[in-house]
Amino acid sequence: MANESGGFNIRPMDQFEVKALFGGDVSWYTPTNVTLWMALTIVAASVLMVYGARGRALVPTRAQSAAELAYGFVYKMVEDVAGRDAVRFFPHIFTLFMFVLFANLLGLIPFAFTTTSHIAVTAVLAFTVFLTVTALGFILHGAKFLGLFWVSSAPLALRPILAVIELISYFARPISHSIRLAGAMMAGHAVAKVFAGFAGALGAAFFVPVLAVTALYALELLVAVIQAYVFTILTCVYLRDALHPSH
Amino acid sequence: MAEDAANGVGMPQLDLSTFSNQIFWLIVTLFVLYYVMSRIALPRVAAVLADRRGTITSDISAAEEYKLKAQEAEDAYHKARADARAEANRIVEAAKAEMQAQLDTEIAKADAEIAARTAESERRIRDIRDRSIEMVSEVSKDTAKEILTSFGAKADARSVNAAVEARLKGGL
Amino acid sequence: MEGDIAEMGKFIGVGLTAIGMGGAAIGVGNIAGNFLSGALRNPSAAAGQTAMLFIGIAFAEALGIFSFLVALLLMFAV
Repeated sequence: MANESGGFNIRPMDQFEVKALFGGDVSWYTPTNVTLWMALTIVAASVLMVYGARGRALVPTRAQSAAELAYGFVYKMVEDVAGRDAVRFFPHIFTLFMFVLFANLLGLIPFAFTTTSHIAVTAVLAFTVFLTVTALGFILHGAKFLGLFWVSSAPLALRPILAVIELISYFARPISHSIRLAGAMMAGHAVAKVFAGFAGALGAAFFVPVLAVTALYALELLVAVIQAYVFTILTCVYLRDALHPSH
Repeated sequence: MAEDAANGVGMPQLDLSTFSNQIFWLIVTLFVLYYVMSRIALPRVAAVLADRRGTITSDISAAEEYKLKAQEAEDAYHKARADARAEANRIVEAAKAEMQAQLDTEIAKADAEIAARTAESERRIRDIRDRSIEMVSEVSKDTAKEILTSFGAKADARSVNAAVEARLKGGL
Repeated sequence: MEGDIAEMGKFIGVGLTAIGMGGAAIGVGNIAGNFLSGALRNPSAAAGQTAMLFIGIAFAEALGIFSFLVALLLMFAV
C-alpha cells in the first residue's frame, strides 16, 4: 500500500514502530521512544504517588486523595482476591498496576508511543508474573502445589482428563495474560488511526470519522483503565492459586 | 505491504530486532518504579492513611465520651426537674393545708361571733318584750285607776291591780 | 485492482478470522447481562462480585483478542 498513490493511504501500524531517539540503529541499550515513554510512565506515576501525597495532609488535597484512592483500590483488590497473606506482595502488584495504567493512559496522548501495545513488553510482564507465581507455589507447598491440577471434587475417571485441561489452561495463562493487554491496546490505537485516515480521505465529510474517533477515544480511555485493572486482578488470581492451591 | 512484511516492519510488534531493547528498558523501568513506589510512595500513603484512621478512631471515642457526658447531664437535668416538681408540689400542699387551717379557724371564729351576736340580739329582743309587757300592765293599771277615779269611785289600788293583772293574764 | 490471488486469499482469511471477535463480543455481553440480572435480584451481593465480573469478561475477551491477533498476523506478518 505504501507505493500506491492517492486513495486510502493509511498505515495504522506505523505508530508502533520502535525508533532510536537520536538516530542510528536500535541495539539493546539504545535510547528509543520505548525508553522515553517508559520514563514518562515513571514520572507520571511518581507525580501522582510521591508529589501528590507530599503534603501528608489529614484532609487530603485532590492529588493526594487520588493517590490514596489508587492505594486503597489496589490494596483492597489484593486483599479480597489474593487473600490476606498476599499483602506482602502488595508493592509488587502496585508497581505492576501503576506501570500498566500509566503506560496505557500516556499512550492515548496523540502522537504518543504505547509501550504496552508491544507483545515483547507485556510478555515480559506476564511471564514474570507466571514464573514468580509458579516458583512461589512450589516453594510454599512443594509437590502439593500440583494438587492445583488434580481436581479432587471431580469423579475419579474424569480427573486425568481434567488434569490435562487444567495444565494446558495453566500454561496458556501467560500467553492470554500478555496478548490480552497488548491486543486491546494495539486494536484501539490501530482503529483510531484507521478512522483518522478516513477523515483525511473523505474530504468534506471529514466530521463523521472525527466524531467516530472522539467516541472511540472515550472508549479507549475506559479500555486503558479496565485493561490495567484486569491485568492486575488476574495477577492477584494467579497469586491466590499459588498461595492456596487447594480448590 | 508484502515487502513491508518481508522487512519485518509490517507489524512492528513482531520485529524481533527491537525486542532486546524493549525488554532491557522495561526491566530498568520496572526496577526504578518498584524502588520509587515501595521506598517512597507506598510508605508515605500508608502512613497518611494510618494517621487518618488513628485520628478518626480517637475522634470517635472522644465523641462517644461527649455523648456519655451529655447523657449524664440530661439525666441530671431530668432528676433536678423531677425534684423541683416534687418540691413545688410539697410547697403547694403545705400552703393549701395552711390556708385550710387558717380558713377553718376564721370560719370558727366567725361562727362564734355570729352565735354571740345572735344570742345578744335574742336577749335584747326578750328584754324589749318583757319591758313592753310590763309597760302594758302598768299602763292598764294606771288607766283602770284613772277610769275608776273619773267615774267617782274610790278605787282601791291593790284590788284594781289584782283585777287588771288577772285580766291581763287571761287576755294575754 | 491488480494483485495476485494469494493476496486476495489473505484478505479473505483476515476477514473470516475477524468474525471470531464477534463470538467474544457475544460472550462478554452474556456475562455482563447475566451479572446485571443477578445484581438486580440481589443488589447487596453485587458489589462483592464485580471482581468476578471483570475476570469473566477478561477471559471471554481474551479469546476474541486471539482471533484479532491471528487476523493481524495474517494481514501484516504472513
